[in-house]
Amino acid sequence: MSIQESYLEAGPGSRLFSWIFSTDHKRIGLLYLMVIMSLFFAGVALGFLMRLELISRGPTIMEAQTYNSLFTLHGVIMIFLFIIPVTTSVFGNFMLPIMIGARDVAFPRLNLLSWWIFVAGAALALATLALGPADTGWTFYAPYSLRTGQYVSLAVFAVFVLGLSSILTGINMITTVHRLRAPGMTWHRLPLFVWAVYATAWILVIATPILGVNLLMVMAERFFHIGVFDPALGGDPILYQHLFWIYSHPAVYVMILPSLGVIAEIIPVFSRKIIFGYKAVAYSSIGIAAVGSLVWGHHMFVSGYSYTAGVIFSLFTFLVAIPSAVKVYNFVGTMYRGSIVVDTPFYFVLAFIYMFAIGGLTGVILGALSINIHLHDTYFVVAHFHYIKFGAAALGFFAALHYWFPKVFGRMYNRGFANLSLLVFFIGFNLLFMPMFVLGYEGMPRRYFDYLPQYASLQVLSVVGSWVLVLGLVMMFGNLIKGLLSGKPAPQNPWGAATLEWQIPSPPPRENFREIPEVQHSPYHFENVRRELD
Amino acid sequence: MSEGMERTAHRDYTGAKIGMWLFLFTEFFLFFAPVLLYTIYRFRYHEAFVASSHELDLATGSINTAILLTSSLTMAVAVSALQRERARLCLWMLGLTFALGAVFLANKYFEWAAKFSHGIYPGSDALAGGPPGQGIFYGLYFFLTGLHGLHVLAGMTLIGVMAVMVHKKRVSAADHVRLENTGLYWHLVDIVWIYLFPIFYLVR
Repeated sequence: MSIQESYLEAGPGSRLFSWIFSTDHKRIGLLYLMVIMSLFFAGVALGFLMRLELISRGPTIMEAQTYNSLFTLHGVIMIFLFIIPVTTSVFGNFMLPIMIGARDVAFPRLNLLSWWIFVAGAALALATLALGPADTGWTFYAPYSLRTGQYVSLAVFAVFVLGLSSILTGINMITTVHRLRAPGMTWHRLPLFVWAVYATAWILVIATPILGVNLLMVMAERFFHIGVFDPALGGDPILYQHLFWIYSHPAVYVMILPSLGVIAEIIPVFSRKIIFGYKAVAYSSIGIAAVGSLVWGHHMFVSGYSYTAGVIFSLFTFLVAIPSAVKVYNFVGTMYRGSIVVDTPFYFVLAFIYMFAIGGLTGVILGALSINIHLHDTYFVVAHFHYIKFGAAALGFFAALHYWFPKVFGRMYNRGFANLSLLVFFIGFNLLFMPMFVLGYEGMPRRYFDYLPQYASLQVLSVVGSWVLVLGLVMMFGNLIKGLLSGKPAPQNPWGAATLEWQIPSPPPRENFREIPEVQHSPYHFENVRRELD
Repeated sequence: MSEGMERTAHRDYTGAKIGMWLFLFTEFFLFFAPVLLYTIYRFRYHEAFVASSHELDLATGSINTAILLTSSLTMAVAVSALQRERARLCLWMLGLTFALGAVFLANKYFEWAAKFSHGIYPGSDALAGGPPGQGIFYGLYFFLTGLHGLHVLAGMTLIGVMAVMVHKKRVSAADHVRLENTGLYWHLVDIVWIYLFPIFYLVR
């Protein structure tokens, strides 16, 4: 053990203040974790209630208006407050500086400010819940969002504030990677998680302002009637959709890229083998970020824009599948002929690859113009993006939690029980969303609180799936919380990983490194490290 | 406030500049989207846009352009002055920049007030009765110049804070990157206007 004290130990002064005003990137990472996980469970509760409503036809536990508000809030919370920030803000903050051999991010105080702005945005979003939640869906499409009597302005302002937080985090991450790499940490020795967060940060910086100003214009429309999106004043609501998706499609990659980075960290460690095609994986992150910025129009195939535009957007959509597939091939290629140690994080990786493949392939189906006309705004789309955002992106975050938990908290959780909870989660997830592919194909539209009799059996199956899923989540997080409170002390390098964060004590000391390390090897050079768990 | 971190906080001049440039980049995109809308609607409602553009006061717009350009000069002089350890000159120049920003906003106020008195404001009956493109032209005019005005205000606030810091010697020749970044921000505010001025006043 080191003589330096752990970052978790209380400093002088008030205990609460030493956390909420800390500029330590590790503490800020945990602040994000706490807020975001609370919001995640609020979002899960909303989704659970929506599903429950659909257990039988007609109003079951709520009216249509309530249902509309619930799916809006579920979307806003899960997208803007959970899956966009979660991996970047929690593990990007906590791990990225350590992984590149730095003592903190480039702008520690700005980092703290980002968290406070995030909390303000979350508070605004939750305030709409009490006042009169928006009923537009998380997309806030004009012209309905300009007319509805609910608190849309407050909701879009909340998203604007959250966007500001994202931008500041993005700026911080980019500058950190450029300026604070330890000696010998060349670009091609960066751990792949760092590459992924770096690409994500660029998307945040480039795309978020467009969403921000778009939402400001929605507010200006509602308050002052500037007319740009309002057809009654000569405006064009399609332009709202363009500006919205110019951000919100790249945002999908903000959600998934950090998770792909996590997976790329875990696989080599548990295969005891250098990652297959390091540069291909690293640059495919940049490739996804770049091509992913040019595909937003595939959300608008039925909006009535030009046929040429549709063909071009469809083509780019197929292209973006290539760097995504490169990653999956490299993940599997890494396992090939490795000496695989099957342990909890590795099970998460396997589940991730399965979900990501289903979500990705159905995405390619939706990217085809003709099929899209049939499947647009059906349950098929809902199932597709839940496989990507929840089954893959969120599961990647859960994988990160189980992988880095011993490092972050210095304690171990019960690995056997974690595997069991993953199995329950996995079964529940597929029960919940697999039937939606069929329902959507048969014509069940999304965002309806009622359905025709022929959809009843699959709807009920899906509802049952949601119960199993929630059970799995409760087991998973119950287990982690138990590990946090009473788990066995974790060794410094339980999994035998070669990246820098595992070469310092668990939990890390306050300024990470006594001396800034000098990097000699690739992050997946396993000769000098060994697994410390049995 | 924070234990530990402050003591080891290092001064990274290049890092601070990179951060600021990235932020300016996002500001550029913030204005880019509405200007894109302007371009599209200009094609769609060409005649109404040309007609509305003639109604804006070219003289006031030109004077305001000259004011902002001059303020960029005084800002640049302020930065250079501090680098050459002439803090007094720097303070004078910051004051002048602040004053020019205020004059710009005052002009803007009179310009808007004149339009309002003619019944031209977003959602007004006069615009609702006019040709459809006219309402959008003024909608974008008020939105973009308003957003720009907010940025002028933010820039003036920054300049005020910097003046206090220079006065208290917390920003000095040895550690001037915050002033330099404020200067960069002010130049961005200027450049945005350099784009807004022609698209609303000059292209007729």
